[in-house]
Amino acid sequence: MKELFPIKQVNGFIFSMLLTVVALSVYFLDMSFELGMTILLITAFVQAAVQLVIFMHAGESEDKKAIYTTTIYGLIIALVTVFGSLLAMVWGYM
Amino acid sequence: MEFFERFAVPHPSPLIYASMVAIGLVIIAIVLGITYFKKWGYLWNEWLTTTDHKRIGIMYIISALLMLFRGGADAVMMRFQTSVPENAFLDAQHYNEVFTTHGVVMIFFMAMAFVIGLMNFVVPLQIGARDVAFPRLNAISFWLYFAGAMLFNVSFVIGGSPDAGWTNYYPLAGNDFSTSVGVNYYNWALQISGIGTLMTGINFIATIIKMRAPGMTLMKMPMFTWSSLVTNVIIVFAFPVLTIALLMGTFDRQLGTFFFASENGGMDMMWANLFWVWGHPEVYILILPAFGIYSEIISTFSERNLYGYKSMVGSMVIISLLSFFVWVHHFFTMGHDALTNSIFSITTMAIAVPTGIKIFNWLLTMWKGKIRFTVPMLYSVAFIPLFTIGGVTGVMLAIASADYQYHNTMFLVAHFHNVIIPGVVFAMLAGLTYWWPKMFGFMLNEKIGKWAFWFLTVGFCFSFFPMYITGLDGQARRMYTYSEASGFGPLNMLSFFGAGLMAIGFIVIVYNVYYSFRYAKRGIGDDPWNARSLEWATHNPVPEYNFAIVPQVNSSEAFWDSKKKGHKLFRGDYKEIHMPNNSGLPVIMAGLFFVFGFSFVFYIWAGVIISGIGILACMAYRSFEKDHGRHIKVKEIEETEDKFGGAK
Repeated sequence: MKELFPIKQVNGFIFSMLLTVVALSVYFLDMSFELGMTILLITAFVQAAVQLVIFMHAGESEDKKAIYTTTIYGLIIALVTVFGSLLAMVWGYM
Repeated sequence: MEFFERFAVPHPSPLIYASMVAIGLVIIAIVLGITYFKKWGYLWNEWLTTTDHKRIGIMYIISALLMLFRGGADAVMMRFQTSVPENAFLDAQHYNEVFTTHGVVMIFFMAMAFVIGLMNFVVPLQIGARDVAFPRLNAISFWLYFAGAMLFNVSFVIGGSPDAGWTNYYPLAGNDFSTSVGVNYYNWALQISGIGTLMTGINFIATIIKMRAPGMTLMKMPMFTWSSLVTNVIIVFAFPVLTIALLMGTFDRQLGTFFFASENGGMDMMWANLFWVWGHPEVYILILPAFGIYSEIISTFSERNLYGYKSMVGSMVIISLLSFFVWVHHFFTMGHDALTNSIFSITTMAIAVPTGIKIFNWLLTMWKGKIRFTVPMLYSVAFIPLFTIGGVTGVMLAIASADYQYHNTMFLVAHFHNVIIPGVVFAMLAGLTYWWPKMFGFMLNEKIGKWAFWFLTVGFCFSFFPMYITGLDGQARRMYTYSEASGFGPLNMLSFFGAGLMAIGFIVIVYNVYYSFRYAKRGIGDDPWNARSLEWATHNPVPEYNFAIVPQVNSSEAFWDSKKKGHKLFRGDYKEIHMPNNSGLPVIMAGLFFVFGFSFVFYIWAGVIISGIGILACMAYRSFEKDHGRHIKVKEIEETEDKFGGAK
């Protein structure tokens, strides 16, 4: 019975609900803009990771290495593009 | 009549009218010729509907060569216009249109198509596969590219060409300063062919990851396949940025938004930023396959294995990552603070390190090798010093503070032509000559090929080295003329002389194709160059299924091993081969995309809606279509193989 019960998925589901509640709290509780955005960003990225690993089975096939490599590569490029553009167009623009 | 007025060219000249007549006559001649020789069925069944990677590759290469001559004609016109001070051959508007179309055609429709064409032909053969992972998608990629290229070329005679530079910076490219439909053409032509390129990227990653012959681990792939893999990864990550930027530009120009406007919260320099986020990786999309081709050729004609295989792969991967970290160096003068410019200055210089590693690896491959100076090898040997000069001037441009002096001068023009021509163009010509016998079953004449090589190389030096000097003296790029007092006259004349030599070089290449087609020896065997990688292990010309028996691989030079070390490539018996069917859907869909783009350029909403529905209908049809491909029977394989003398 123990092998049949998807304990990992159930825990993942509870965890992702928890993340949703935390994200929702930004709307209902009174907090500063910076704090709210920080919470939203962190919960969003953790949520995406939970979905990818637990519910989309990213780490369970033979392609595990390839999947994680491309995901991380894509993430790095996305972050570089966004923060680089911010640097070029806003922060470092005289 | 009012409806048709929009199609008029806003700045007509006798040259444009003459071209209209010429284009009309050529189209009539082609249609009549095909009808007269009764070739419509052949054309449709064998080429237009094909899903064979080899034929798609050849179609890419033919289109790329056509575009090379179109862009080359633009180049000669520009050099002629600037050859003497105060020349009146082209006026400012026409000069703007000519340098814009030269850049767009050469980068998007010549270099990209040539690179993808060679990849299409060579990569499946090099990894021992029967086709790419998604043959139908591959056909759609080609036809979308072709539709985009044709849409762009139509702009020349209908409605006017874009004139805001190939970089198309806003606000110049916005409605206020570019009032004709030219920039709409730019947006839609690049959008349509860009979708095709993106799909090629996905297709080739899947092919290389999933369809390699048994035994070929990643670190046993030939270097051209490695460079293609890295290139396609860059395509997949870089091209979406261009897609979105072009869409934002279209929204601004045609649907009244303000993304790149200077008012209402828009940011005009955001286009430059997004363009180069895509644009710098694009540079490496072009040069990495070229590096791969040079690696194959240098190792073949030095009769040595490639020196430093692992460092070659490593440096390519590092280049691919770094290529996403440098884009701001294209607009150092925009007004950043010192910290921002320093960051991008340092990342830019860092790219010179892995590139330098590759240069030394090629030199060490030749070291103590038995070098044969064939035409492909000559291009590769000339590439090394010329590309190094381009690289060194690139590092000069990377110094942000000094860039304020070089920016927007002919020095920059000299630099990027110095890397693109010996880098990409020479590689494509070398690759074409090298793989020509595999494509068509005969060799290109070596003697005529060497003449072409020398015309191109000497012509290149005369064309572009003077620009370094005039650039440092302050000649700005994209200026249609200059005064006699500036003193730029003589060096520009020298440039024009060089451009003339290059033009002769290309004409010699065309003559070589004609000459070799008529007189070259046929029946040259499967391996005329004494080469090393798997594409030479199959017959010549290649049967549609590539390999009758899937080869077994144990190193990056499996074919060389089979010749020299007794490695057995083909084990086992013939089995039924599963191949994809031809399909007319890709070419029809691309035709609808052409109508869609053309209608959108001219705000003809009825055309947009009808062709849009057509495109969706094609996709829906494909979703419900039952097409499981076809099987080639063992008997048929035996017959074909007997004709060729059997699998080795």
